[in-house]
Amino acid sequence: MEELANLFHGFAVALQPYNIMLMIIGITLGVIIGVLPGLGGANGVAILLPLTFSMPPTSAIIMLSCIYWGALFGGAITSILFNIPGEPWSVATTFDGYPMAQQGKPGEALTAAFTSSFVGALFAVIMITLVAPLVAGFALRFGPAEKFAVYFLAFCSFVGLSKEPPFKTIAAMMMGFALAAVGLDSITGQLRLTFGVTELLNGFDFLIAVIGLFGIGEILLTMEEGLAFRGGNASINLRVVLHTWRELPAYWMTSLRSCLIGCWMGVTPAGATPASFMSYGIAKRLARRGNNFGKGEIEGVIAPETAAHAAGTAALLPMLSLGVPGSPTAAVLLGGLLIWGLQPGPMLFVEQKEFVWGLIASMYLGNLAGLIVVLTCVPIFAAILRVPFGIIAPLILVLCAIGAYSVHNSTFDVMLMLVFGVLGYLLKKCNYPLAPLVLAIVLGDKAEESFRQSLLGSQGSLGVFFSNGLVSTIMALGLVALFWSAIQEGYSRLRTSMA
Amino acid sequence: MKPFVLNVALAAIAMSCVGSTASHAAWEPVRPVEFIVPAGTGGGADQMARTIQGIVTKHNLMKQPLVVINKAGGAGGEGFLDVKTSSGNPHKIIITLSNLFTTPLATGIPFNWKDLTPVAMLALDEFVLWVNAEKPYKTVKDYVDAAKQAPSGSFKMGGTGSKQEDQIITVGIEKAIEAKFTYIPYKGGGEVAVQLVGNHVDSTVNNPIEAVAQWRGGKLRPLCVFDAQPMAYDEPIADGKAWKDVPTCKSQGLAMEYLMLRGVFMSPKATKDQVEYYVELFKKVRATPEWQDFMKNGAFNTTFLTGADYAKWVAAEEKRHEGLMKDAGFLASGN
Amino acid sequence: MTERSESGPAHKTLEIGMALLIGVFGLVVIFGSVKAGISWGAEGPRAGFFPFYVGATIVVASAINLWHAQRDDDGRLFAEWGQLRQVMSVVVPTAIYVGSMPFIGLYVASTVFIAWFMRWLGGYRWLTTVAVAIGMPVLTYLVFERWFLVPLPKGPFEEWLGL
Repeated sequence: MEELANLFHGFAVALQPYNIMLMIIGITLGVIIGVLPGLGGANGVAILLPLTFSMPPTSAIIMLSCIYWGALFGGAITSILFNIPGEPWSVATTFDGYPMAQQGKPGEALTAAFTSSFVGALFAVIMITLVAPLVAGFALRFGPAEKFAVYFLAFCSFVGLSKEPPFKTIAAMMMGFALAAVGLDSITGQLRLTFGVTELLNGFDFLIAVIGLFGIGEILLTMEEGLAFRGGNASINLRVVLHTWRELPAYWMTSLRSCLIGCWMGVTPAGATPASFMSYGIAKRLARRGNNFGKGEIEGVIAPETAAHAAGTAALLPMLSLGVPGSPTAAVLLGGLLIWGLQPGPMLFVEQKEFVWGLIASMYLGNLAGLIVVLTCVPIFAAILRVPFGIIAPLILVLCAIGAYSVHNSTFDVMLMLVFGVLGYLLKKCNYPLAPLVLAIVLGDKAEESFRQSLLGSQGSLGVFFSNGLVSTIMALGLVALFWSAIQEGYSRLRTSMA
Repeated sequence: MKPFVLNVALAAIAMSCVGSTASHAAWEPVRPVEFIVPAGTGGGADQMARTIQGIVTKHNLMKQPLVVINKAGGAGGEGFLDVKTSSGNPHKIIITLSNLFTTPLATGIPFNWKDLTPVAMLALDEFVLWVNAEKPYKTVKDYVDAAKQAPSGSFKMGGTGSKQEDQIITVGIEKAIEAKFTYIPYKGGGEVAVQLVGNHVDSTVNNPIEAVAQWRGGKLRPLCVFDAQPMAYDEPIADGKAWKDVPTCKSQGLAMEYLMLRGVFMSPKATKDQVEYYVELFKKVRATPEWQDFMKNGAFNTTFLTGADYAKWVAAEEKRHEGLMKDAGFLASGN
Repeated sequence: MTERSESGPAHKTLEIGMALLIGVFGLVVIFGSVKAGISWGAEGPRAGFFPFYVGATIVVASAINLWHAQRDDDGRLFAEWGQLRQVMSVVVPTAIYVGSMPFIGLYVASTVFIAWFMRWLGGYRWLTTVAVAIGMPVLTYLVFERWFLVPLPKGPFEEWLGL
């Protein structure tokens, strides 16, 4: 009961006019940060952090968490409209979001994405409110072996989905792994695959690869058809929001499943990226219209968005209770807390009750305010697609260049982006799937790292991946996901033979 | 250096226009200053840089903005090479940690601290030996006995990064007590501390700021600090114990000392006036209450050095790292 | 492919080229891994262990893809020459744009690039072209450098303006 009283006190603090104003400013800034390439959540929050130093801590954290929400919402916009994901967890949103926009349904896709984000985040906040102390300890059970098992599950639930020839899928995925390996090997501290080129020290950043492969590649494909652009009939009024909302409850099962996957991934903390891919993969297997995934299925937008934002929000729990950031953005927020003299860790919930509940209250309100702001802007975003391709194409190319540059402040990366663009065009024309490639770039080095950490700990014994109940269960789930279609076939054969 | 001449000219114009009152320094930045962090967002160096940025903004210590930029690629090599190639650009400074020495030695990238212009040492970061509070060892002696009795290599030490400060200390401990550990590298200090709480490793050498929350929460226990004298902060943290009550490792029979540099360098070929400007700036930063709070939170050693003293300290430390890394077999094969 | 009215490169040629290209990439990865050490050391696999097998898998997969591409001869076109010309009309200027950025800075390069694209590919009036081509970099400057303090590459022109 005391918690509830604290929470209501938190609401009262957050609802002061000054704080409401900060909330709206924060959301707007966040959306701008999310939309502008290269200014992703972590960078954006880091840049704006010093602005908040002169505010009282509660107001500052309200503003920062609103920026965080805004950036999360904003990330979906470019994924859907231009096929350019700004954050790793928005990649899966492009698979069905972009085809929907191409079919003249950008409003539906955006509404579905925003609403799913809201639902996912809300679910996670409720979880934090009710069961925070119970769940926080769960993260402690995750050592390197358990983390590897989670990445393994993410890969398994995703591969075997593509309809492209299997060896092309393998080639594409392995290329991703190879690109992810370039640079410093974090286990031995030695450089590899850089061939003495200093520009390759940082390896291949996911964002540069994705801007090239997805964004530029798409523009080149469009250019084959010339400048005649066909997205012009997108409906641009607010009725589309209500219309989409009527459709959404039918997918409650997908939503619930994605929320659970997201919370689990966020708490562990494996992060939002494996959550979004895993959720998409599982939804595709279980959905009635699963075969239509990738061609503009609204369920294919709901699944990754819900999971990503449930995970992004749930990741704040280990951050507050253990001091482990679940994402780069959370890491910057953590730095902010330290500057105000708030020490995240087991004692925060005991010693700084007011702050913690103020933050949780602002998460509820910020999320709601964010949803309202972005939904009213859906027609504006959708209208962007009405701008003729002759004007929008060079602007997108320039924004892609800025995005690629600002990842590492390097013009080399901009050239790399163009190379990836041409590569993306050729790969797509030759029927190589791009999604496994990107998944491998995003998770490849993390998976390798935790695999090798586990082996260091077990002194080279592979048995570590089946050494306790938790890790064995996750590995077994992974194997089930990998052989799902075979299992399904076997099951149906069994049933026919029984009959 | 044409742009440089232009800068000076512009600086002169700017000064005459503003009628600058800054009589102590003949040079001032004329455009935003880039503050490079050769490590990822959220780490120790990043936190310090962003705190400085916040202090500068809040107290209005600079006319131009200070912009923090992370260049973490290749264990910080990306950041160092960037500043090295910005010769004569006085609008670029870099905060360093021990990877100033370890990265070039371990990876063989073409960089040495002498390529940069030293500005000031802001503080030294301490290292503390931590164990899980549930473990029976209460003193360094218990810990050493346990480590020696365990089968070779089964005692796990967690740390940040590979062939960097944490692993150097680990090798130092191994030498001092003649035992063999297995070192497991993780990405960040906070993660290392949590792995220790979850008993996935047996001990760590986290910086105070990375593990203090877990100490307060009664999850971890500090055994000793790798410094010549105990830390100065006497405010109680947990069980009535303060940082001051953590004994030095040497006094407990574990002869290893290590402090990590938190210092600032700027691009090559900086003039004396330019260095002087930044030294004055950091003196002002150090005088603020926010900075003092930050030092206290992280139990930093607040030694401040500039000029020749600083350069001498860095040179000595480089020699020491070379020796330590050579003994440990961490040098890049090319060297 | 001769029955078609429009001609262009055969799909098969491109497929073979792509498989070869990826195969060569795999060989480069194997080469780099061997340099980093591919054995299974005392403390688990060494730096080049995984990349080596990744590289080997790439080579094997490409060989199979090459074999498939060789067999498959349906006479499909990869694209018509006209379409490829359209694609190249974007790739080439973008390459020039990207290549000139380290020297003349992002703003000037963007202005020229947008103007070129809109005027020659889009066929817009000069007035619209100039408005967008100048407006966009100015807006970029305000948003990135002034508000968010993200420095973007600059050249002699910005130096001259003293920005």
